[in-house]
Amino acid sequence: MKSTRFDYLLLLAGMLALWQLVHWAVGPDVLSSPWATIRRAGELVATRAFWDHAAATATAFGIAGVISILAGIALGLWLGLRRFAGDVADPILGTLYSIPKITLYPIILLLFGLGVSAKIAFGVIHGVFPIAIFTMSAVRNVAPVYHRTARVLRLSPAATALTIMAPAALPEMLAGIRVGVALTLLGVLIGELFASTSGLGFALIRAMDTHAVADIMAITLLLFVFAASVNALLGFVERRARHGG
Amino acid sequence: MAADPEGQISLRGVTKVFPGHGGHPDVHALGPIDLDIAAGEFFTVVGPSGCGKSTLLDLLAGLSVVTAGSATFEGKRLDGQVPDGIGAVFQQDASFFWLTVWDNVAFGLRRRGMPKAEIARRVDQALAFMGLAAFAKAYPAQLSGGMRQRVCIARTLVLEPKVLLLDEPFGALDQQTRLLMGDELLRIWRETGATVVLITHALDEAAMLSDRVAVMSARPGRFIDIVTTGWPRDRDSRIVSDLGFATVTARLWDKLREESLRAMKTPENL
Repeated sequence: MKSTRFDYLLLLAGMLALWQLVHWAVGPDVLSSPWATIRRAGELVATRAFWDHAAATATAFGIAGVISILAGIALGLWLGLRRFAGDVADPILGTLYSIPKITLYPIILLLFGLGVSAKIAFGVIHGVFPIAIFTMSAVRNVAPVYHRTARVLRLSPAATALTIMAPAALPEMLAGIRVGVALTLLGVLIGELFASTSGLGFALIRAMDTHAVADIMAITLLLFVFAASVNALLGFVERRARHGG
Repeated sequence: MAADPEGQISLRGVTKVFPGHGGHPDVHALGPIDLDIAAGEFFTVVGPSGCGKSTLLDLLAGLSVVTAGSATFEGKRLDGQVPDGIGAVFQQDASFFWLTVWDNVAFGLRRRGMPKAEIARRVDQALAFMGLAAFAKAYPAQLSGGMRQRVCIARTLVLEPKVLLLDEPFGALDQQTRLLMGDELLRIWRETGATVVLITHALDEAAMLSDRVAVMSARPGRFIDIVTTGWPRDRDSRIVSDLGFATVTARLWDKLREESLRAMKTPENL
């Protein structure tokens, strides 16, 4: 554990050093330095406007995340438990997962209009499929020996599902949730970039329009820290479920 | 040990046919087989791979239903439900990775709603018996394959089964561990008084552990020989240096050699 932590610090230091080198190479008009970015981020988080944008993004991300998780798990469980439906749906889900969702954006806008619901919808179509796919495969991949063990222990179908199948499938489902939540955030931010009047994605595109390099970098850094924190938290939960402690 | 006319487990004219699907013909996996296993016997089935050994175990456990004939446990028909009193351990690791060793072993007792104090007593006893006491709080991922298999055996033993069915439980372990687990198994068998039915492909394991060894033919699996070893009840793995051990192993191999060759030449059509 100690050596992993050290590795992380080493990686972080390496990235900062690389960032500084690129900054020197391309100049402050393209890439602001790590220190200037961190300072600018510090200034931003002291402003009211930043937190209004952050709240708008967080609201859309939160709602889209919950919808992605619930719908993804429901869809994945249903397909995972029904062999035939799963066989039919598998390639369809795979296709939906892999198509560039940005092409659907005009349709989403026409359906939901400009505003928070379009952002949520865009987040959900990014997040829901990986969660459904991981959940389906998690349910299908539960070792057959667990089914046999459940029968030898004379468990009812309900007890089998709750006490054996659910915990056995949980780690892979959580892996899907981790991927799905990351993609939900991506979807929400893309939604904000293109047609929105609030949110961090909107703040980012406005900074780009005014060529405020330090602002672009600072917002990106803050988003990066947020996304990495969410990912680390979900990764922690997943590892606990995998090893049981 | 001679079989009772009507054993604790009794098969009469049992066959198992798996219906073909998608244009494949039916697969006649097993039988007809007649068998009586006496209470407290150590009975082993050896046979070439794909001969229906595991199909037989599923029938004995009540996990699947005979196509023809009758299978009974203590006089009651095995009808696709595992009856109380039968425990099974499989080749694949079936320890629950999300539970500690202690909770793994307590699992079946908790599902039966046993009082907490009695659960604790039985689990601690089973852990001590299987040499797992020091690992009570460990998770299966922290244990070796052999230790995880012990957890599965302990989880079965706490339910105090009358019959312990073992489907190649040591198949994934190295040879030394297998021999030691064999000793362990003999000790369990002696001290619990349970009937043990072991499925294996290892002739030495079969010859060393069993009161009787049934040799199965290539598919459809039938018994081509049943060898009575005549070992004393308090035997252990050192019996491999007994002269009789070589005789028994030789006889098993003699019967099995031909069948194994046949099994190798039969294309798998499942």
